[in-house]
Amino acid sequence: MPILEKRPVPSRFWARGTPVLAVLMTMIAGGALFALLGKDPVEAIRTIFWDPLFSEFGFYYRSQILVKAGPLILIAIGLSLGFRAGIWNIGAEGQYIMGAILGGAVGLAFYPAEGWHVFPLMIVAGALGGVLWAMIPALLRIRFGTNEILVSLMLVYVAENILRSVSFGILKNPQGFGFPGSRNLSEYPAAANPDLIEGTGFHWGGVAAVLMVLLAWGLLSRHMLGYQIRLSGQAPRAAHFGGVNPDRLVLVCMGISGALAGLAGLFEVAGPAGQLSPDFNVGYGFTAIIVAFLGRLHPLGIVLAGLLLGLTEVGGAIAQQNLGLPAASIKAFQGMLLFFLLAMDVFTDYRLRPGGSRKEAA
Amino acid sequence: MKRRSFLTSAALALGIAGLGAGAVTAGEKVKAGFVYVGPVGDFGWTYQHDQGRQAVEAELGEQVETTFVESVPEGADAERVMTQMALGGANIIFTTSFGYMDATIKVAKKFPNVKFEHATGYKRADNVSTYSARFYEGRAVIGTIAGRMTKTNKIGYIASFPIPEVIRGINAAYIHAKKVNPDVEFKIVWVYTWFDPAKEADAATALIEQGVDVIMQHTDSPAAMTIAEAKGIMAFGQASDMSKFGPNAQLTSIIDNWAPYYVERVKAVIDGTWESQDTWHGFKEGMVQLSPYSDKVPADVQAEAEAMKQAIIDGTYHPFTGPINKQDGTSWLAEGEVADDGVLASMNFYVEGIEGEIPQ
Repeated sequence: MPILEKRPVPSRFWARGTPVLAVLMTMIAGGALFALLGKDPVEAIRTIFWDPLFSEFGFYYRSQILVKAGPLILIAIGLSLGFRAGIWNIGAEGQYIMGAILGGAVGLAFYPAEGWHVFPLMIVAGALGGVLWAMIPALLRIRFGTNEILVSLMLVYVAENILRSVSFGILKNPQGFGFPGSRNLSEYPAAANPDLIEGTGFHWGGVAAVLMVLLAWGLLSRHMLGYQIRLSGQAPRAAHFGGVNPDRLVLVCMGISGALAGLAGLFEVAGPAGQLSPDFNVGYGFTAIIVAFLGRLHPLGIVLAGLLLGLTEVGGAIAQQNLGLPAASIKAFQGMLLFFLLAMDVFTDYRLRPGGSRKEAA
Repeated sequence: MKRRSFLTSAALALGIAGLGAGAVTAGEKVKAGFVYVGPVGDFGWTYQHDQGRQAVEAELGEQVETTFVESVPEGADAERVMTQMALGGANIIFTTSFGYMDATIKVAKKFPNVKFEHATGYKRADNVSTYSARFYEGRAVIGTIAGRMTKTNKIGYIASFPIPEVIRGINAAYIHAKKVNPDVEFKIVWVYTWFDPAKEADAATALIEQGVDVIMQHTDSPAAMTIAEAKGIMAFGQASDMSKFGPNAQLTSIIDNWAPYYVERVKAVIDGTWESQDTWHGFKEGMVQLSPYSDKVPADVQAEAEAMKQAIIDGTYHPFTGPINKQDGTSWLAEGEVADDGVLASMNFYVEGIEGEIPQ
C-alpha cells in the first residue's frame, strides 16, 4: 500500500499546481453529478465555464462576473493578510454588513442633499463600520485570549440581526408603505456607486479591489509589516524573538480585513444592491474565505480565484435557466472546489511512496 | 458632480441590445421566465409558483416555453437573472418575491418590449404589472376555525417578517378567532425568514411549550406541520396542502393558487392584449383557496367556515368590518365601516387585543 510521507520542504510545484488540479477534479466530479441528474455533463460544464465569457451575450455576463468578483477579491485580500499570520477572521460577512449599514446610514442621513462630499464620507464610514466590528474579536483575543474564529463568526449573526432591525426600523424608507428596506441609494446620485463606464460592471469597488491587490503585493514583498506577517505565520517563535509584537499584529490584520470587508459592503449597498434590506448579505464574506485559499493567499492568485468564483456563480444561473439544473447542484459544485483544493493540498507537504519504503527514505 | 460627468457619454451597450428583445413574432413560441426566491421543493411559496408555471405549460402547450431559476438572492443577483432571461428571449418574466421590486423596475426599463409581472410589490411601469392575493380572506376563515377548535385557548402564530401582508394576516386571524371565542389568546413568534425549516421547527416547539394547541404559520416550509403532527396538536398549512406532512394535525390549508392568473397573463402576451395592471385577487377569483377540511373539524364549524367564505365571495362580508380598534385602543373602523385597500396594503399596526409589539 502506498503511504504518505512528509516532504522535507513543501513542494513548490504542488503549491502552485493544486488550484488548477482542484478545478479539473471539480469539473470531473461535477460533471458526474450533472450526469446523475440526467443532464449532459459536457454541456453543463461548458455552460458554466464558457458561456458567461464567450456566448452571444458574453458582453453582459462578463460585466456581471466583475460585479460578483469585485467584493470577493476585496474581502479576500484583507483576509489573506491575517490568514498568513495565523489570525483567523472568519466573520468578514458581519464586517461586510456593518460597513454597509454604517456607510449606507451616512448616505441616507444626507438625503436628498447633493454634493461631492457625500460619497467619500460614506466610504470612510463603510470602512469604519468594518473596522469597529473586527476590533471586537481582536480586542477580546488580546485582552482575554478568546478565540477570534468563534467570536468573529458569532458576530456575523449579531450583524445580521442589526441589519434586520435597521431595515425594519430607523433606516426604513419613509416612502416605502411600511415595507422593509432603505431608500434606494443607487437612485440617489450623490450616494450612488454606478458602473464607472456604463455596462462594464466596474464600479468604485473594482477600483478599490485593484488598488488593494497592488498594495497587498507591495506590502508582502517590500514592507517590514509584510515580513512580520509572513514570519508570524511560518515561525511564530522566531517572530517573537525577532521583535514582532503579536498583539499589534492582531490589531493590524483584523483591522485591515475588517476595513476591506466594510468597504466591500459599502460599495455593494450603494451600487449593485442599491439598498439595505433584510436579505442584503448574500454570503460574500464566507465565499471570500474560499477565494483566499483558492488563490493561495497570494494577491494575484486571489484575483484569479475571485474571477473564477464569479464565473461559476454567473454560469451556474445560466445553467439553471437553460438546462434546468437545480440550484442546489450548483452550490454543491462550488463546494467541491474547496473540497478538492484542500484534499490536493496534502501533496504540497506530503508525497506518495510505495508501501514499505519508509525506512529507506528516512 | 464631476465624479460621474464622464459616464454619460459612454454607450449603453445593454440598452441597445434591449430594444430588440422581447417582441413577440407570430408563429413563434412565447417564452415565459420565472424567478424564484426559494427552492421549488419548499412545499410552500415557491412550490406554488412553480405549480402555476407548470399549469401554464400544461394549458398552453405548444404555444409556450417556460424556464425558471430558483433560490435567487434579492439585489444584484436578481437583476442579473432577470437580464439573463430577457437576453435569452423571454417575452414575459414573473418575479415572485417582494424583494425583487427595484430590480424588476430597473431591468424592465432596459427591455421595454418584455413584460414583467412582479408579485406583492407596489411599483409599476408600462411593462410592469403587480399582483398579489388577498390571503387575509383565508386567514379570517382559519381564524374562525382555530377559535372554535382550541381547547387551551392559546393559538400559536409563526410569523416571517413584520411587513403589511403578514401583519394583515395576524389581524384577520385574530379578529375572527376572538369573535367566536372571546377567551382566545395569540402567541406570535417572529422568525425573520420565509424558509428555514430548522428555525420554523424551533418556533413551533417553543409555541407548544407555551401551551398552544393550534399553530398557524406565515412561513413556507412544512416543518411546523411536522412538529404539530409529532406532538399531537392541530395546525393550518400554508401556501400548499401540507396534509401529507400532518395527516392528523392539518385542519385545512390556505392555498396560493397562481395558476389561473399565470395562464391568463401568458395568454395575454400570446394574444397581444397584455397591459400593465395591479391585481389583488382573493377567494372570488380562486387565487386564494382552502384545502379540504380535516374530519376533525365538526360539521357545524365546517358549515360556519364555508358560510364565511361564501359571504366573502358574494361580497356581502369583508373580513375587516368595523367596529375595530387599533391595539392602543384608538378607533380604526367605525361600526359597519369597511377597511379600504390602501390602508390594508400598508397595514403596520395590530388590532386591539393582540399582545406584544410589532418588532421594529
